[in-house]
Amino acid sequence: MSETADRVKKIVVEHLGVEADKVTEDASFIDDLGADSLDIVELVMAFEEEFGVEIPDDAAEKITTVKDAITYIDEHKA
Amino acid sequence: MFDLTGMTALVTGASGGIGSAIARALAAQGARLAVSGSNADKLEGFRASLGGDHVALPCNLSDASAVDALVPQAVEALGGKLDILVNNAGVTRDNLAMRMKDDEWDQVIRVNLEAAFRLIRAAAKPMMKARFGRVVSITSVVGQTGNPGQANYAASKAGLVGMSKALAQELASRNITVNCVAPGFIRSAMTDVLPDAQKTALLGRIPAGDLGTGEDIAAAVVYLASREAGYVTGQTLHVNGGMAMI
Repeated sequence: MSETADRVKKIVVEHLGVEADKVTEDASFIDDLGADSLDIVELVMAFEEEFGVEIPDDAAEKITTVKDAITYIDEHKA
Repeated sequence: MFDLTGMTALVTGASGGIGSAIARALAAQGARLAVSGSNADKLEGFRASLGGDHVALPCNLSDASAVDALVPQAVEALGGKLDILVNNAGVTRDNLAMRMKDDEWDQVIRVNLEAAFRLIRAAAKPMMKARFGRVVSITSVVGQTGNPGQANYAASKAGLVGMSKALAQELASRNITVNCVAPGFIRSAMTDVLPDAQKTALLGRIPAGDLGTGEDIAAAVVYLASREAGYVTGQTLHVNGGMAMI
């Protein structure tokens, strides 16, 4: 598992208060992890801070699963 | 009660009549302020008169990019957090609707409503992170009752109320409250110059028999900005001597 994936999963666990083993790469934030739209906004803010990336709104809207987040960050982090 | 020690606040329109009363009251309760206004010299004079460790951030609220920069500037100047946002700044461009220029409409909506939205949108970020926030927007009795010659102003002030209710619902789960204070007729440079006959007619409509003061409005803002008001959100507190009971 990549380092990015570990850090993303840690943030998701902390922010959503879910069990770590539920945070699989295929897990959907809303459908599987119980996030609401405001949670997604907060997760994106947390990812931006953790990885020093800028995630514009149109990209943020496409991030619906843990894997989406990892892929976006890996492609854009410095 | 209503102690704001350790809290930080951004107040727009802070050098005006009501705005300066609000800023003084928040500072008196212990908050550290970023005061904003369009006239840099007047604003700096006001900031200096507050004493304490407050900052002045001049801003033209009809300039969208300047507005978007204001909250980040305030957060930085106030040590990385913003607990309270008071959208007080407002302008009037009165005219009968049939004579109202596009520019008169646009200017009032831009400063009174759009700038408030931009500021709240920006402030929501640090407030969400902190899991605490208090937003208070100064609307007007006119936003509820209407007033001839003020289609633009009344629309902007009613808009603040609806917007605040939407934002209150979006942000309540993060311990951020969004409320309005609606002044009635407040003693100011504007009302001082009214002819006596008009003043008498005005007072006849106010059960309390007197105009309000900036301090009356400031007290309502202090309450809604306080930790104690945490369960009050999406509301409009009318401070008008009973002239309109809504």
